[in-house]
Amino acid sequence: MTDVAAYALRLGDDALVLSQRLAWWCSKSPEIEEDLAVANIALDLLGQARALLGYAGELEGLGRDEDALAYLRSEGEFTNLLLVEHDNGDFAVTTARQLLFSTYQLALYRRLAESRDETLAGVAGKAVKEVAYHRDHATKWTLRLGDGTDESHRRMQAGLERVWPYAAEMFGPDALTDRLSAAGVGVDPATLRAAWDEYVDGVLAEATLARPQTDWHPSGGRRGVHTEGFGYLIAELQHLHRSFPGASW
Amino acid sequence: MNGQQLDRPVSSAISSDELRRLRAIVGEVPDPEIPVLTIEDLGVLRDVTVDDGVVVATITPTYSGCPAMDAIRADVLCALREQGVEQARVQTVLSPAWSTDWISEDGRRKLREFGIAPPARCAAPPAGQLISLSVCCPLCGSLHTREVSHFGSTACKALYVCETCHEPFDHFKTL
Repeated sequence: MTDVAAYALRLGDDALVLSQRLAWWCSKSPEIEEDLAVANIALDLLGQARALLGYAGELEGLGRDEDALAYLRSEGEFTNLLLVEHDNGDFAVTTARQLLFSTYQLALYRRLAESRDETLAGVAGKAVKEVAYHRDHATKWTLRLGDGTDESHRRMQAGLERVWPYAAEMFGPDALTDRLSAAGVGVDPATLRAAWDEYVDGVLAEATLARPQTDWHPSGGRRGVHTEGFGYLIAELQHLHRSFPGASW
Repeated sequence: MNGQQLDRPVSSAISSDELRRLRAIVGEVPDPEIPVLTIEDLGVLRDVTVDDGVVVATITPTYSGCPAMDAIRADVLCALREQGVEQARVQTVLSPAWSTDWISEDGRRKLREFGIAPPARCAAPPAGQLISLSVCCPLCGSLHTREVSHFGSTACKALYVCETCHEPFDHFKTL
């Protein structure tokens, strides 16, 4: 796979896997408006994933389309971040994951909208407005839960502690991002960190939450090394397509 | 560009007048989720051109994951086929990104009449700086309204309620 294809694939995998996780909430959210909200956010991410996986398949030139890439790859071939596959936990865990990821994704897409690769720039330019809504939504919930009751505060802080160690992986550059950022096509994720810290710290302070401290920073998603729960997620995602090849609506 | 290239559409047997007519017909395709609006009203239809004898309709999604795109694609091809155009395809572009500023004045009026508050008439604010202006109730005209949910029945709408007439309504989010 070419560099650009591999890059489109990892960004597409992030969006696809998070979309799959979020879709689980539909009908189980704490309130009906949240069923709509989470489903809509998942749908935006799915749309981004389709464009990115479709582009990766096109560049690869082996005849794999978005469906082949989503449904017919095995666990170790997915290159998404560990954060997006993290289990939903309670609503506070999901909210924390949304805050950390959407803040990162918004910063990334804003930069990627200036990419020399027209397709990546187009997908990012389109998605940036959607992700701004996602971040806004996660921010509002973080404030509401963090600066809410004793119980909501306790659970929001606990949710944050759960997902926080996985944030570091988002900013880890590798050989691929080094080459692509030098070429003006991709973004060096390390350069997104300062603005991310500033935004997240601001939200946490306003929400009366403490920034978690940890030295444990698991990673491996970009190399296809995933957490235990990921196999179950992929099984659910791919089950229908693998059981009934070519099934469509 | 030389004259020969400019003549290409004519040699493909589709004149510019004919293209204009086809664009008007394709533009009348209703949006599957808000059928009072056409894809022309919404700004979803970007262009109708001809490429080597094939009529190409270019559309753009409102949101990346808009599930109506497949239906719109099929409806566009169907509308062209009804005009006897068999050689046609639909292409989707993402750039420039769709904005609610592309909804026509006529589209805004139709939205209001349908009970959906149209989006604010201004360029969308920079990402991340979501301004909140009062949304006018499409039923009684009151500005005393409240957002119930940022996300509504479709990706492009938010749920509101009017504090004056107490009716709930959809608001087409400014994007």
